[in-house]
Amino acid sequence: MSDPVTGVPFRANAIRALSDSALRAAMRNATETFATKRAETVSAVPLEEWRDQASDLRLRVLDHLSDYVDLFERNATRAGAKVHRTEGAKEAREIIASILRGHGIAKVVKSKSMISEEIHLNDFLQKQGVKVVETDFGEYIIQIAGEGPSHIIAPAIHKDRRQVGKLFAEKLGCEYSDDPMVLAAIAKKILRKEFFSAKAGISGANFAIADSGSIVLVTNEGNGRMCTSIPPVHIAVLSIEKIVPSLSDLPKFIRLLPRSATGQILSSYMSVITGTRKPGESTGAEEMHVVLLDNGRSEIVKGEYREMLKCIRCGACLNACPVYRLVGGHAYDSTYPGPMGIVLTALLDGMERAHPLLDATTLCGACGDVCPVKVPLPRLLHSLREQRVEKGFTSRLEQMGMAGFGMVAQSSSLFNLGQAAAHLLWPIARKIGPKDSLDRIPRPVSKTFRKIVS
Amino acid sequence: MRVQLFGTCLIDTMFPETGEATLRLLRYFGVDVGYPAGQTCCGKPADSGGYSHESRMAARHFISVFEKTDGPIVIPSGSCASMVKNHYPELFRDDWQMREKAEAIARRTYELSQFLVHVLKAHEAGLTGKGKITYHASCQLTRELGVREEPRLLLKSLKGTDFIELPSADRCCGFGGIFMAKMPEISMALADEKVETIMSTGADVVTGCDHGCLMNIADALRRQGSPVKVKHIAAVLAEGLT
Repeated sequence: MSDPVTGVPFRANAIRALSDSALRAAMRNATETFATKRAETVSAVPLEEWRDQASDLRLRVLDHLSDYVDLFERNATRAGAKVHRTEGAKEAREIIASILRGHGIAKVVKSKSMISEEIHLNDFLQKQGVKVVETDFGEYIIQIAGEGPSHIIAPAIHKDRRQVGKLFAEKLGCEYSDDPMVLAAIAKKILRKEFFSAKAGISGANFAIADSGSIVLVTNEGNGRMCTSIPPVHIAVLSIEKIVPSLSDLPKFIRLLPRSATGQILSSYMSVITGTRKPGESTGAEEMHVVLLDNGRSEIVKGEYREMLKCIRCGACLNACPVYRLVGGHAYDSTYPGPMGIVLTALLDGMERAHPLLDATTLCGACGDVCPVKVPLPRLLHSLREQRVEKGFTSRLEQMGMAGFGMVAQSSSLFNLGQAAAHLLWPIARKIGPKDSLDRIPRPVSKTFRKIVS
Repeated sequence: MRVQLFGTCLIDTMFPETGEATLRLLRYFGVDVGYPAGQTCCGKPADSGGYSHESRMAARHFISVFEKTDGPIVIPSGSCASMVKNHYPELFRDDWQMREKAEAIARRTYELSQFLVHVLKAHEAGLTGKGKITYHASCQLTRELGVREEPRLLLKSLKGTDFIELPSADRCCGFGGIFMAKMPEISMALADEKVETIMSTGADVVTGCDHGCLMNIADALRRQGSPVKVKHIAAVLAEGLT
């Protein structure tokens, strides 16, 4: 049976992260670079117009999601792929494992996929005796470190090159170097062998095209193309909301995704993969499976948090979030970190697990400003805070304090009394109350402004 | 012209000198300032905590106090002004009668720098000040009210002062209302980063439109032993008045 769900220990995780100076320097450096480059590239384009168009298109898909899924399935099947529609993580994992088992495949190469993280695919396959080789450089680093991704597009963002150098020397037995070019060359040499010896490649998808049945991969390292075109079997795992209506809609997202993610005008590689290898083609998988994951999304799309499903996973909200950029992704202890991650964790894992994460935001609104598809993240976070209160996931003390606040706020005589008491009792409150907040605010005055003005 | 001043609970309880500066400033421009006696708190702390029931209690009270008055409602705080302008109508989305009242109140509401620039043209009045000033752009003011240029226009117009733009001025200082108490470690770390940028400007005064943030920044400055002074924009603008 599953363990009882406990809340993410976000504050303890954050405190640990704050005392890690290497992590803080790496986070600061990387998020600053991403955010600055993003700001530069979007300033040169009609961003608001593009955001509106992309948002409208995403909403159109969400309005008719099941129809678009059907259409995609039909066209992908026609192109030679086998489409597997799965309800939950377990089903998706098992289907992938059974495909591999059916071919007697003991090793897969994998390009970056957050959906595979969401369904905890690697652990599952490894327990079944399948060797999984992550081929995105960042993913490769954290895989050999035995960690999960701390950023949705830059999984090893929390590590600096010295740490990667030490890790490589220790785990791969190579000579220490902190030169990124040297480290990348080491990984490339190892991975190249894996690409050519693996019998299956697993990928995610940045988008899926309904009217052609294609999947779209956006990468900077070309590893996605290797994973999906060299091994004879290709398994793409993606969630249903990744669908866009038509290939002609794709530019509306491609012009926003790299700009928002890394500040690039285009990423180095973009692959549109339509079914299996056709006669006369020199590359491409001979067998293609598309595992479509629902995992609660058909329900989410009907509710008040549906706009979360507009997300195209660019990571801009992570880089803009003052909390994320300080503590990094692991503190959230969830598949998805940062502002989008808080909302998704609440929706996918439930309030029982996610409720402490709702304190991992100052509600500053920076995430909403940078979102390329206008997911109203600040509003969703605020609404989840309301839901947390309604469901009773705040402390008794806080509930009592707020009930008291409500009473005082609606009565000016109680308010006056409260001010006087705060002034008088301040020295006592300072002694017995929470030092880390009370020490930081001045003592309430005896001659309040209302006394002066009246 | 007559306006109604909402003092905000922070200014009322902890920073009355900012309230006095606001009064002097508005009166300097010939404004007749009313201060509705029953006012308390706008309810922002409950609202940001997700306590919609309690924030509605505060909002109902605010509306009942101010609907008896006329004229613009001026609030020397971006987060309180946004609470009234943006969140009140939202809080009563399922109650059309209250929603109409909330919307009427919202239409009358101005954040102080907004009122000073758009109504009083205070940035053209040749006010004076002193020293090197930098400015922290608080979150709700900037992103919810869209007030970005007004405070800067006012500060740049001050004769005898140097205005220095703060790097990443609109990055959150880590106050966040209830966040400050629930995540004190992150809150302080963010305030420390804010102070780092403030010190990098060489300014001797940091100002802003929200006392919550300024209180958090002042604490970080104190912890770091910095001589930089913290003043609300009302205090900075009223300083040179005679």
